[in-house]
Amino acid sequence: MKVLVAVKRVIDYNVKIRVKPDNSDVDLTNVKMAMNPFCEIAVEEAVRLKEKGVATEVVAVTIGAKAAQEQLRTALALGADRAVHVETDERVDSLAAAKLLAKVVEEEQPQLVILGKQSIDTDNNQTGQMLAALAGLPQGTFASEVVVEGDKVQVTREVDGGLQTVELSLPAVITTDLRLNEPRYAKLPDIMKAKKKPLDVKPAADLGVEVQSRLTLLKVESPAERKGGIKVGSVDELVDKLKNEAKVL
Amino acid sequence: MSILVLAEHHDGQLAAATAHVVAAAQAIGGDIDVLVAGENVGAVADAAAKLDGVNKVRVADHAVYAHQLAEPMSALLAELAGGYSHVLAAASTTGKNILPRVAALKDVAQLSEVLEVVDADTFKRPIYAGNAIATVKSADSLKVITVRTTGFDAVGASGSASVENVDTVVENTQSTFLKQELAESDRPELGGARVVISGGRGMGSGENFKLLDGIADKLGAAIGASRAAVDAGFVPNDMQVGQTGKIVAPELYIAVGISGAIQHLAGMKDSKVIVAINKDEDAAIFQVADYGLVGDLFEILPELESKL
Repeated sequence: MKVLVAVKRVIDYNVKIRVKPDNSDVDLTNVKMAMNPFCEIAVEEAVRLKEKGVATEVVAVTIGAKAAQEQLRTALALGADRAVHVETDERVDSLAAAKLLAKVVEEEQPQLVILGKQSIDTDNNQTGQMLAALAGLPQGTFASEVVVEGDKVQVTREVDGGLQTVELSLPAVITTDLRLNEPRYAKLPDIMKAKKKPLDVKPAADLGVEVQSRLTLLKVESPAERKGGIKVGSVDELVDKLKNEAKVL
Repeated sequence: MSILVLAEHHDGQLAAATAHVVAAAQAIGGDIDVLVAGENVGAVADAAAKLDGVNKVRVADHAVYAHQLAEPMSALLAELAGGYSHVLAAASTTGKNILPRVAALKDVAQLSEVLEVVDADTFKRPIYAGNAIATVKSADSLKVITVRTTGFDAVGASGSASVENVDTVVENTQSTFLKQELAESDRPELGGARVVISGGRGMGSGENFKLLDGIADKLGAAIGASRAAVDAGFVPNDMQVGQTGKIVAPELYIAVGISGAIQHLAGMKDSKVIVAINKDEDAAIFQVADYGLVGDLFEILPELESKL
């Protein structure tokens, strides 16, 4: 079966972000970018399904400016067979991303679509669920285990009180949680080979989707700074401060 | 304006999160209805009807809504949403699973993890792991919103709203509930606890987390963990506090053997008072801690327990 994996180019998770002085957005100039960590887990799961003989082809897809092809090449180096780049310079919100992905799903007809549960820039946690709704497919969100059996997939989900297992009919959409797997590193020969793998570029405008968002970003601010605290010298002093100064005990 | 709040419930009990979401609905203003959907949810509906500020409780009691699977729940909500200007749920795993699906079915954007209401169209929400706060205005006629519960104080429970049945029954042929394994705990729920004590990689082992038990008992605290402690297999992952775990904002947060990575801080930096206990005096956690104690946690924890 064919597996489609959606990946996103985001700011590297180790970077300490800065808000622009005019409060219009976060400053992304000259900042290290990388594949969203949850997307790495999605690619890894797709490649493992291929290695197990469950998947026959893994297609990576991304939406964004030309630079996002870097992340598609990473996915190819990790084991994806080919890539699709939906190219746009617009800011794409989750709904528009889901609509564009739904077009790709319609064209590619994958049996499984795997996404990360959220991207670490907008922290929305929406695209997978929205794609499932638009494509009319069942969803297995926050997956920590995925088992394909015939025309069904069993997904163990990380929910607030513990774990929940659901069975979905295929085709289905899955979003990955952190504990689904440990993503591998791309090896140098694979990075070289990935340069030769097919990468298909589709202008977003050709897919007939309105990407204009009905959400307007009015302002981006730094969160209120915590004022520096003090170090105490002993447990007695700590308990005393908590009781008499902070009054939380 | 009229607002529909999706009630959160587990094991036949209304979850505390719902009272926080109703508070967010009050901040928006308008009539507030609460939807209780599930199987055998009479008691949940009665509890929801007592929440202050609720106009009406709508109950969809049917086997298809058991375990609140995303497919039937979103179909139900999409059908009911027509009469409302806002649909709200807690930013719990249940709310996050269902609401984006509702938004897409209604062709509107969703606002996730809203922590402040500016006006009925404009909201504040954290981005980049809480390192920036975005103010976002929605031009959609229907606003679909998940609420960060720690951003709103829970409403009281002295109301008496009317309860009515919703007869809508949707079909679900796509997904089936198989099982759940819930972590057992006698302690307060992490999200709603007044005091949280968390252990990190510095705890050394799962066995050593027992050192936190006595302190947690004395303070009535919930026990949490950093991602490093979860990944090391010390404790189950539903104890994780952080960007990818639970977001908490208790009155007192005690971080033990936690270095203070961005990922972890995103989950607890809105706590009122933060205490850090760590042997590394340069650990990042000390930059956000109100009170820091540098030293060996294996000596400090027993002493702290004896002195509380």
